[in-house]
Amino acid sequence: MTMIPQPRQGLRAWLLTDTPTSRTHARLSALYQSWLSFRGNQMAMFGLGILVFLVFVAAFAPLLAPHDPFTQNLLARLRPPGSAGYLLGSDSLGRDILSRLIYGSRITLYIVTLVAIVAPVVGLFVGTVAGYTGGWVDIVLMRITDIFLAFPRLVLALAFVAALGAGIENAVLAISLTAWPPYARIARAETLTMRNSDFIHAVRLQGAGPLRIIIRHIWPLCISSLVVRVTLDMAGIILAAAGLGFLGLGAQPPTPEWGAMISDGRRFILDHWWVATMPGLAIFTVSLAFNLLGDGLRDVLDPKEGSQ
Amino acid sequence: MAGIAEIRPKEGRRKSPFRAALEKAAKTIVTVVVTMLGLLFITFFIGRVMPVDPVLSIVGERASKEVYEAAYKALGLDQPLIVQFFLYIRDVVQGNFGISLRTGFPVADDIRRVFPATMELATLGTIFGVLLGVPLGVLAAVKRGTWIDQIARVIALIGYSMPVFWLGLIGLLLFYGILGWVGGPGRLDIFFQDEVPQVTGMILIDSLLDGNLEVFRNALTHIILPASLLGYYSLAYISRMTRSFMLEQLNSEYIITARVKGLSERAVIWQHAFGNIKVQLITVIALSYAGLLEGSVLTEIIFAWPGIGSYITTSLLSADMNAVMGGTVVVGLVFVLLNILAELLYQFFDPRAK
Repeated sequence: MTMIPQPRQGLRAWLLTDTPTSRTHARLSALYQSWLSFRGNQMAMFGLGILVFLVFVAAFAPLLAPHDPFTQNLLARLRPPGSAGYLLGSDSLGRDILSRLIYGSRITLYIVTLVAIVAPVVGLFVGTVAGYTGGWVDIVLMRITDIFLAFPRLVLALAFVAALGAGIENAVLAISLTAWPPYARIARAETLTMRNSDFIHAVRLQGAGPLRIIIRHIWPLCISSLVVRVTLDMAGIILAAAGLGFLGLGAQPPTPEWGAMISDGRRFILDHWWVATMPGLAIFTVSLAFNLLGDGLRDVLDPKEGSQ
Repeated sequence: MAGIAEIRPKEGRRKSPFRAALEKAAKTIVTVVVTMLGLLFITFFIGRVMPVDPVLSIVGERASKEVYEAAYKALGLDQPLIVQFFLYIRDVVQGNFGISLRTGFPVADDIRRVFPATMELATLGTIFGVLLGVPLGVLAAVKRGTWIDQIARVIALIGYSMPVFWLGLIGLLLFYGILGWVGGPGRLDIFFQDEVPQVTGMILIDSLLDGNLEVFRNALTHIILPASLLGYYSLAYISRMTRSFMLEQLNSEYIITARVKGLSERAVIWQHAFGNIKVQLITVIALSYAGLLEGSVLTEIIFAWPGIGSYITTSLLSADMNAVMGGTVVVGLVFVLLNILAELLYQFFDPRAK
């Protein structure tokens, strides 16, 4: 930033302008400036890099995996890492661990995406309706939220899966059912600060109904704090899903879900350490990446909450 | 809450402090009762939508139609749902969670037997977490931005990102399988089993009461690994919270005043700043203790620890719904009580909250 304004050209200058020419221009410019401050955070960029890699691996799993993740080869059971053809070793049925990890990334992304869509939307709906309506609706909805918050999440998820039956979809449902209350609280708090502001009054005077006000005018302003919270929660979601998989309540064999792979390797842990270790490292890497990314996003989108 | 307060008409005269305290107590009790009713409703609901037929699991597949009908009636399943719900609440209030199909004992007795094991683990874990996490957090806040702060951050981040059951397996492999420093799974070696009389159900305390140091030492080698594992998770949380509380204090003006007065850095940090975060810390520690009760579910399975977590999950895998629901209700109750306790402690110690 020099003191004398110099004529700059190209996309960068257009994005960094002080005098946006249209609404889209202003939005893109704000987005680009957030990105610039985000880019300065090395840890967060590292996390983002890992996640981009994960998406890449999941998208091209059939091309990247050296073996079929389901083909058993009992002659090649429990090969240690580094043996010919098995970079990360093979499991008790002679399946290549690397290939299973690669295909497992799809399941991890699937679970995380579904939970990240379902839980915040439910929370957003409950929280904004409670905050905007007020009165007894607010009291009832928030009491329900508190009840769900009062339950230890993993135990509640266990009970739900017990009722619904094991499987990926039910695991997603159980995790979502236990994950929405914090979002409802955040959305409600944001709504309360907006409810009596001038722009909401203005919209109401123009004749907008409560639903339109909530969906069109309140939701968009809740998004940024929710995004931060969701990203920070992703790691917890991955760990919860892996925990359910480990208990045999998530994805069923022979699906290469990482938590289930650890549970499979548990029997051999003392003699064949790699069977359980490799999927654990994968889970750790991905949830670490989400934590780093979440921290960085929080600093950019929500400076007042930032890690001082 | 602010929104609701605005709508209500303001009361003309000030309430007496006694009445205010009474109202607050009543409010807390109502909150607990409503929350517990909600918990019970959820477990009841889960029990109802279960695909497992509770009658079949009692009378067996080959029971005649008459026997089935009789059992159906005896369980109260012919009543309307709302009546069933009230019957369920009555049973729970009386401490009756039904009979466990897996163990054949009343669920309440089973829980009474396994709960101390979880308490022992979670308590020791919290002690580790507090003893290491608080100094680490304070240090990170004081040395903010230095490599010490970075290391503290990385330690906490790893704690937030590591699957607890995996870390347990690796710990078992390393310290038991390879190094042989600690005892393996379970609470005691097999030949020490049942050697000390049960008083509290916590072996560390029971063996000390009995004066049996050999059992104490053996129990210690068994608990040290799972407890430090849980302690690590509690450390991650406590150290982060301590750091942000401390930063808030260290940035305030009274700290500058204290420094200007020429107080030693140690007095500034530990007496002035730390003195002011104690109350917040108590809340955090209570919450982390509640969190460990939950975290112990997966840990207990790895370490074959006969606590409430293993109890719920093994019952779950054998479709023993009475045991699962009973265990869930008890864990939920303890969780709620710990949360309330944290709030009460906060109000008790912090004059501003009154």
